[in-house]
Amino acid sequence: MDALLFLTFAGIAVLCAINLVLQTHPISSALSLVGVMGSLAVLYLLLGGAFIAAVQLIVYAGAVMVLFVFVIMLLNAGAEQRRSRSSLSVWISVPLLFTFIILLASLIVSRTPPSAAVKFGEFTGGGVANVGRALFTTYLLPFEATSVLILVAILGAVVLARKEI
Amino acid sequence: MPAEFTQILPSAVPLSWYLVLSAILFTIGVAGFLFRRNIITVFMSIELMLNAVNLTFVAFSYHLKQVDGHIFSFFVMVVAAAEAAVGLAIILTVFKNRATLEIDEINSMKL
Repeated sequence: MDALLFLTFAGIAVLCAINLVLQTHPISSALSLVGVMGSLAVLYLLLGGAFIAAVQLIVYAGAVMVLFVFVIMLLNAGAEQRRSRSSLSVWISVPLLFTFIILLASLIVSRTPPSAAVKFGEFTGGGVANVGRALFTTYLLPFEATSVLILVAILGAVVLARKEI
Repeated sequence: MPAEFTQILPSAVPLSWYLVLSAILFTIGVAGFLFRRNIITVFMSIELMLNAVNLTFVAFSYHLKQVDGHIFSFFVMVVAAAEAAVGLAIILTVFKNRATLEIDEINSMKL
C-alpha cells in the first residue's frame, strides 16, 4: 500500500513538474505547481510529517500560489511567444538532462544503505507537539530571526509597490 | 487487493526512492529556470527547486528519526514565502517600468 501511494503521488508530482516547464501560459504553470505541492504534501504525510504537510498545503499551495496567481492576473500575462529556438540546443540539452538524472539517481541508490526503508506509521515525531517543542527550545534563535526576515520582506514589498519607483 | 499484487509491491518504500524523486524534481526545476523566458515561470521553477529540497529534508528526518529536518523545511518555507513577496513586488515594478515579462529584454544590468 505504501509503495502504491508513493508511486501514485510521485508520478503526479513528476508529471505536474514537467507540465510546469512545458506550458507556455503562466496560469497553467501555476496550476501545475499547485499539483506538485499537493502531492508533495501527501508524501510528507507518508514520511510522518503531519505538521509540515499541513503547512505545505496552507502556506505554499494556499498563500504563495494565490500570490502568484494574483500577480499573473494583475499583469494580464499572456502566453509566451514561441521564438525560433535553435534546435541544436534542444537536441543537446534534453539527453544531457536525462543523463544527469540517471547519474544522480544511480549515485543516490548506491550511497543510501539498502536497509533504509520508509514505512508509514513508524515515525510519528512530526506532529505539532514535537515540532513546536523543537522550534521553541532548540531553534528559538533562528525562529526569532525569521520574524525579522518577514518584517524586512513586508517593508521591501511595501517600498517596491509604491507609485514613484 | 489480490495477494500477488501486494507481493509485487513492497509494503515499505526504500528511502532512496524519495531521494531520487527529489533529485528529479530539482533537475526539472533547474531546466525550467534555464529554458523559460517568462519571468514568472522562472520564479515558479525556483519554488519547485525549494520544494524538492524540502522533500529531501523530510525524508532524512524520517531516516534519522529526528524532527530537525522538519524544522529546516519549515524555515525553507518561511524564506520562500518572504522571497515570493519581495520577488513578485520586483516583478510588478519591472513590469510597470518596462511593460514586459521577457527576461531577455530586461538586460540593462548587462555588461
